[in-house]
Amino acid sequence: MREEGSENLRAEALACVRGDNLLFRDLNFALTPGQAGLVTGPNGVGKSSLLRLIAGLLQPFSGTIHVPTSIALCDDRMALDENLPLRDALRFWARIDGRTQKDIADAMDAAGMSHLAEVPVRFFSTGQRQRARLVRTFLTGSNLWLLDEPANGLDMTSVELLGRTLQAHLDGGGIILAASHIALPIAFDVSLKLDVLEEMETPL
Amino acid sequence: MIGVLKAMIWRDVRQSYASGGTWLPVIFYLSAATLFPFAVGPDRDLLLQTGGGILWIAALLATLLPLDRLVQPDLDNGLFDQLLVRGVTDELIAFARLISHWLAFGPPLLFAALLASGLMGLEGPQLIILLASLAIATPALAGLAVMIAALTAGLKGAGALGGLLLVPLAIPLLIFGAGSLADQSGSALLFLSAVSLLLVAITPFAAGAALRAVRE
Repeated sequence: MREEGSENLRAEALACVRGDNLLFRDLNFALTPGQAGLVTGPNGVGKSSLLRLIAGLLQPFSGTIHVPTSIALCDDRMALDENLPLRDALRFWARIDGRTQKDIADAMDAAGMSHLAEVPVRFFSTGQRQRARLVRTFLTGSNLWLLDEPANGLDMTSVELLGRTLQAHLDGGGIILAASHIALPIAFDVSLKLDVLEEMETPL
Repeated sequence: MIGVLKAMIWRDVRQSYASGGTWLPVIFYLSAATLFPFAVGPDRDLLLQTGGGILWIAALLATLLPLDRLVQPDLDNGLFDQLLVRGVTDELIAFARLISHWLAFGPPLLFAALLASGLMGLEGPQLIILLASLAIATPALAGLAVMIAALTAGLKGAGALGGLLLVPLAIPLLIFGAGSLADQSGSALLFLSAVSLLLVAITPFAAGAALRAVRE
């Protein structure tokens, strides 16, 4: 079950099944405003599925999850019009999220992308594409940020910049849950280590 | 939600017209209409009798052209997922796509039909009935396209499968639409409206369910 409108992010006995595979079960954790959580574990263990489950894109197999109403998900896909300059592509999401021109400028600033505002998204490099995804996430104004490998393809300076933005979000009472193989320069309050289940049990 | 709907529709329509994809069905439609007189000869009576039907078939085929860019690209680039995270439902996504696709597909097709009917020598009441029937049917054709694109999203050979799916589903439209050309009473147009309304009404739910199924 997934219940919206909570102030915290709280999972109780959460289990996730994809196809015929049980990815994880009995997962319990809670993040209050201002706290950050880090999900770790080997590839394919269900880190992305956990984030998608919290975002409401997957249904939990069992257990309960309480989430804030407003959530931002940053996964490996752009969801930006490739042919538009970055600022115009972001404007679509700004309209949907009810954000202003200034919010767009601030979000681009936070990822060091202001100088790329007029460049069409399709010309971006790997690192710039990742930063564009982060800008889209910063722009939402959501409480809960779900970040799937947010530092992928970023150089040292950008990772540092990302760390500053994440810290500012936490200081403002936001919640962050990140899955990352790259060390992020913020302090995590909760660490979730997902393991491959010993025996692949089939549900039902 | 109205603001979100408007933003989604505006984005799609602007993208369709900017990418030039909108004119592909129009050019196809005009080519088909141009080829037909070459194939059957310039017999004016024959063209008058069969021209309307051919323009209807061409409209069905033109429906197939944009199928591959209706749902799949935005599914792949995460647009739909981002909307869902923001609380937009699959049905609303499908509804917005139906409206935006009709706006990019219907008016250009009607314009092309107007030009093409000149090639067939259609005029007067015949021309008006043809344009009226196509105007009534284009929302349903747009709906069918959105439904089929959502149903076949993620499948191999989605294009060919889409063609196979469209043919049976479009039969009622074709029967009443092309039938209205020879029908004096006007009841064929009424039946066409009923079929069109039904297809438009089920599109958000059928396409929405298909989008949900793809995600699981």
